[in-house]
Amino acid sequence: MSKNLNLITAPLRKANPITVLILGICSALAVTAKLKPAIVMALSVTVVTALSNLIISLLRKGIPSKIRIIVQLIVVATLVILVDQFLKAFMYDVSKQLSVFVGLIITNCIVMGRLEAFAMSHKPWESFLDGIGNGLGYGSILVIVAFFRELFGSGSLFGYQVIPQGLYDFGYMNNGLMILPPMALIIIGIIIWLQKPEEEKK
Amino acid sequence: MGLRSFIDKIKPNFEQGGKYAKFHSTFEAFETFLYTPNRVTSNGAHIRNYVDMKRNMIYVVIALIPCFLFGTWNIGYQHFLSFGESVTFWQIIGYGLLKIIPLYLVSYIVGLVIEFTFAEIRHEEVNEGYFVTGFLIPLIMPVDVPLWMLALAVAFAVIIGKEVFGGSGMNVVNPALLARAFLFFSYPSKMTGDSVWIAEKADAYSGATPLGTIFNGGSVNDLPSLMDMFVGTIPGSVGETSKIAILIGGIFLIITGVSSLRIIISTFIGAIAMSLLISDVPFYYHLLMGGFMFGTFFMATDPVTAAQTNIGKWIYGFLIGTIAILIRVANPGYPEGMMLAILLMNVFAPLIDWCVVACNIHKRKKRWAAAERRTR
Repeated sequence: MSKNLNLITAPLRKANPITVLILGICSALAVTAKLKPAIVMALSVTVVTALSNLIISLLRKGIPSKIRIIVQLIVVATLVILVDQFLKAFMYDVSKQLSVFVGLIITNCIVMGRLEAFAMSHKPWESFLDGIGNGLGYGSILVIVAFFRELFGSGSLFGYQVIPQGLYDFGYMNNGLMILPPMALIIIGIIIWLQKPEEEKK
Repeated sequence: MGLRSFIDKIKPNFEQGGKYAKFHSTFEAFETFLYTPNRVTSNGAHIRNYVDMKRNMIYVVIALIPCFLFGTWNIGYQHFLSFGESVTFWQIIGYGLLKIIPLYLVSYIVGLVIEFTFAEIRHEEVNEGYFVTGFLIPLIMPVDVPLWMLALAVAFAVIIGKEVFGGSGMNVVNPALLARAFLFFSYPSKMTGDSVWIAEKADAYSGATPLGTIFNGGSVNDLPSLMDMFVGTIPGSVGETSKIAILIGGIFLIITGVSSLRIIISTFIGAIAMSLLISDVPFYYHLLMGGFMFGTFFMATDPVTAAQTNIGKWIYGFLIGTIAILIRVANPGYPEGMMLAILLMNVFAPLIDWCVVACNIHKRKKRWAAAERRTR
């Protein structure tokens, strides 16, 4: 049981796909200007990694190793299209904001990386948990980055104004750099900087 | 009872195991600031030289003093000029000091607190690097920049620009310029435009810098006279307006060997070549406008972030000049290109050095192989 739990908790900290494995950086820069798209993106990636891990793990003994990448791609692409259609149907505005980045989950290194490294050699249930863990590990960083970017870049959270108007009257201004992608990279860098020494201590 | 004996008396408190051992770095910093340390390096090769880091840094600060003084005067001069008032010299200076001192207080307090904190955490000595950065930062800001923005920029520049890489001497880009770039992209309305360059200017008065005038489609005829631009009685960032003050400081730095003449000359060559090639404005205007001179003499030559090899310095400077003018002329977003050009080349400087060294190794290998063949 604890081994299974570890599959979920490890990717949150010491095997985090973004801050430790440095995968999936591109979408982390693109969709984190606001909190809401970031959370939707995090959930989408979690669903795709979990289900694709599960499916590939079920099929793993029947996949000829020469064409395994193609098979994995087909599974991932199918799931991504499902997620994309789901978002378009039920959350159209968020789907617009995320634009191509939902489609680009197919090329997200985390998804393919987990399929190759984990699902191809583990049982379905473990693979499913590993997918959820990695999706959440990716999502947690996305949410942290998006929190700071939206708070300081737009003065709001989930689109609601949180920095009081009085502060603006006093001369406070939203930070334009926070909206630009470089700041996402800098925030991820700071998270890595804070996380590294703690991991090394253990 | 002198200062020296007082320091000696309280010293044991800050040593290992003393009451305030936590603050060892802070104590050390003040002691070396006041007195030359009496410890010497105990092993390794020794080179006797009177130039150490402290003296290097002091040279740069001395070189910046003409810019500081003229900047102080110009703040007051531009302010009263915008109202059309004629006032005495000391009123101008007084107004200027009133504006510039808060900038310096914020710059030094924020920067040094961060430096000392990091030194204590890492159990390192505080070093003198921030004195120059802290002196430069207010000089490259518009005078009306809000103090909290300045504080934020200083904190960003010191932490992200310097401390994450390991402190003074390890930084990839020039921290002072990083502070400016941070504000430039974060709060563009306070960093560019016509209204930020003169302290509390009269509304009716145009506060456009020469560079801004050209950027908005003005011609050479709309600019202040060349003499004004050279002397520096024009609006602009605090320290960058007077080319005379910059030249005095710049030449002092060249004579003392702190800044590299190669970089300065090649930057000028690059800028002149590029403006002859693509700009409608005569090239000497480009040299006098904006932060070109200040950037060339004080920023591009920063020994930490510039290229280290001699050939590398030529390439580095030349590219700064060309890119600065290219950004000025070709981009639709902002009038000044010097800051971005220097920051970009700061990032590329190690690559330039690597290429120069690799080329040299390749050349020597070939020469050696040829010599080998001849002897056989």
